[in-house]
Amino acid sequence: MNEILRRRFVDQILVMLGREAKKPAALTPRAQQAHELKRMTLKADLQATKAHMRAHQAETHTWRNRRWVTLILANLLFVVSFAFDIQILEGALTASRFIGFHLIDLNSALQVMLAHKHIIVNLVIGTATIFVFWLLFGGRSFCSWVCPYHLLAEWAESLHLWLVKKKLVTDQPIDRRLRTVFWLVFALLALLTGYTVFEAISPTGIVSRAMIYGPGLALLWVLALLVFEVFFVRRAWCRYACPIGLTYGVVGIFSPLRVKYTLAGCFHEGDCRKVCLVPHVLDTVIKGRAVDTEVPIGPDCTRCGLCVDTCPTGSLKFEVKGLSKLM
Amino acid sequence: MSADKVGAGDTATTQPPMSKERKQQARRRVLRTLLLTGGVLGAAISGYLPLAYAQKQRLRPPGALDEKDFLSSCIKCGQCVQVCPVDAIKLADLVDGFGVGTPFIDARAQACDFSCDAVQCILACPTGSLTYKKPEFLPVRPGAKLAGKPILLAKENDPEPTLNLAERIGVARLTRPESCLAIQGKGFKGQARGPEFKGELRYMKVDRWKPIKVAEHPYDVALCDLCVQACPIKGAISIETVFAPDGSQRKSPVVHEACVGCGVCEMICPTAPASIEIIPGEGWRA
Repeated sequence: MNEILRRRFVDQILVMLGREAKKPAALTPRAQQAHELKRMTLKADLQATKAHMRAHQAETHTWRNRRWVTLILANLLFVVSFAFDIQILEGALTASRFIGFHLIDLNSALQVMLAHKHIIVNLVIGTATIFVFWLLFGGRSFCSWVCPYHLLAEWAESLHLWLVKKKLVTDQPIDRRLRTVFWLVFALLALLTGYTVFEAISPTGIVSRAMIYGPGLALLWVLALLVFEVFFVRRAWCRYACPIGLTYGVVGIFSPLRVKYTLAGCFHEGDCRKVCLVPHVLDTVIKGRAVDTEVPIGPDCTRCGLCVDTCPTGSLKFEVKGLSKLM
Repeated sequence: MSADKVGAGDTATTQPPMSKERKQQARRRVLRTLLLTGGVLGAAISGYLPLAYAQKQRLRPPGALDEKDFLSSCIKCGQCVQVCPVDAIKLADLVDGFGVGTPFIDARAQACDFSCDAVQCILACPTGSLTYKKPEFLPVRPGAKLAGKPILLAKENDPEPTLNLAERIGVARLTRPESCLAIQGKGFKGQARGPEFKGELRYMKVDRWKPIKVAEHPYDVALCDLCVQACPIKGAISIETVFAPDGSQRKSPVVHEACVGCGVCEMICPTAPASIEIIPGEGWRA
């Protein structure tokens, strides 16, 4: 990793915590050259290539479909394990056992540790297992590949976007620093009140338990969040509020599984940013912003793959860091 | 605008001055941010306050830490619910006011009768909210400590007849002696809780390993002693001759120190409402 990419690496952590993505201060010489070459390309040639690309672009939902299947199967495994007593994945998303092995959600574990101030062996085992798992598989991948609220919110989002298209509503963005504030507030509340305050309103836990143990009135809170997202703020909970997302985001800082951006073929049309849950991680696709010819996407990315599906030029692809060197 | 122009040359304000529209947008964004903050924190606090000021305690599963420690350590996964053979454990909902997703036992509807033999819910708990052995630094409620390991009648002839429980989760009390059939000298014939009752109990004479519906096991006794018959713990309750204030003799169920607070007596009691009840979190008083 060169110095400029290292600076971006740190920068992306700050962006995850809520800072606005800024124009980079310095670019690598090869990136500068690539940007320069793009500026030199004849407009007519560029237009023709773009039109050609568009004409041959097939609408694909490969990654989205894979992701939805994974998410539904994972949650279904919880449900059938209890409903039919097959005991493969017992518990709920907050804590469970996979054929006997403890698995514990990192944010729930953190809340319990802060509130209870006593950590037993099973809690450590479950938390460590899940930590290593998501360290390998991309931190916030938990959000888009497992969290049941994410899927509900994704459907609510398509409703929201349809209403936006009909000019009935507009997306009302919120300050992204709020999520970091919530994370701190809920950590502090757990520490001071000795009660896992966040767990009572966590839509992830509520939806997961509702599916496994039957619906309850707590679902009304989830419904209220979804209504808020449909009519006022696009993906409000996942974007601006959820501390779980930030916890997994921190784990994802060092994850080798990520989306990689390749500057060369990009037309800078920004389709990827339109479908992205966290468009601030894709600031690098804006014309002139890529600091290198290949730029890994930052830790706030949920690895949902919508940008990979959408990109007409294949400039955004999943990669496992170091795997290409091994193979 | 002129004020903006003055600052334009400073190194600190290299950004172009904001238009009126942008300023308004920014202000609205701050308002929306505050709105979401208020909404989320409001919901969180409304989930927490009823707990902080809770008057009535709920019966938690066996081996539960004291209420405050229980609430701080429970991760709300429901693994205790999944292992219970009689489905005694339920998860609390929003309106219950004792912690969304935390487990409790409604003993009148379905008590814990230790059909699992080994207190499986404790074994399932990943955070130690339910525990065989309480960590040293946590206090023990007065009267909560059991004098000895409780003997499970179903296991009485096994090499290891005891339950691994150090503390009781409550104590049975004859809260309505006036309605108790034994005190009135009455017997009982029929289904203890009527034909519709869904609760289950393990009857050793019927099946050592499989609990059956209470409704499928009618009783016929000359003097009602259903609570004593159903009690899964050795020496926890018996029918004794007691003296009323007026000096007259009568029979009455008497709870002993061995009571762990499982609630089977409350579930089986044929009077409505139950004459004997579990007082959750209560300690033993001689």
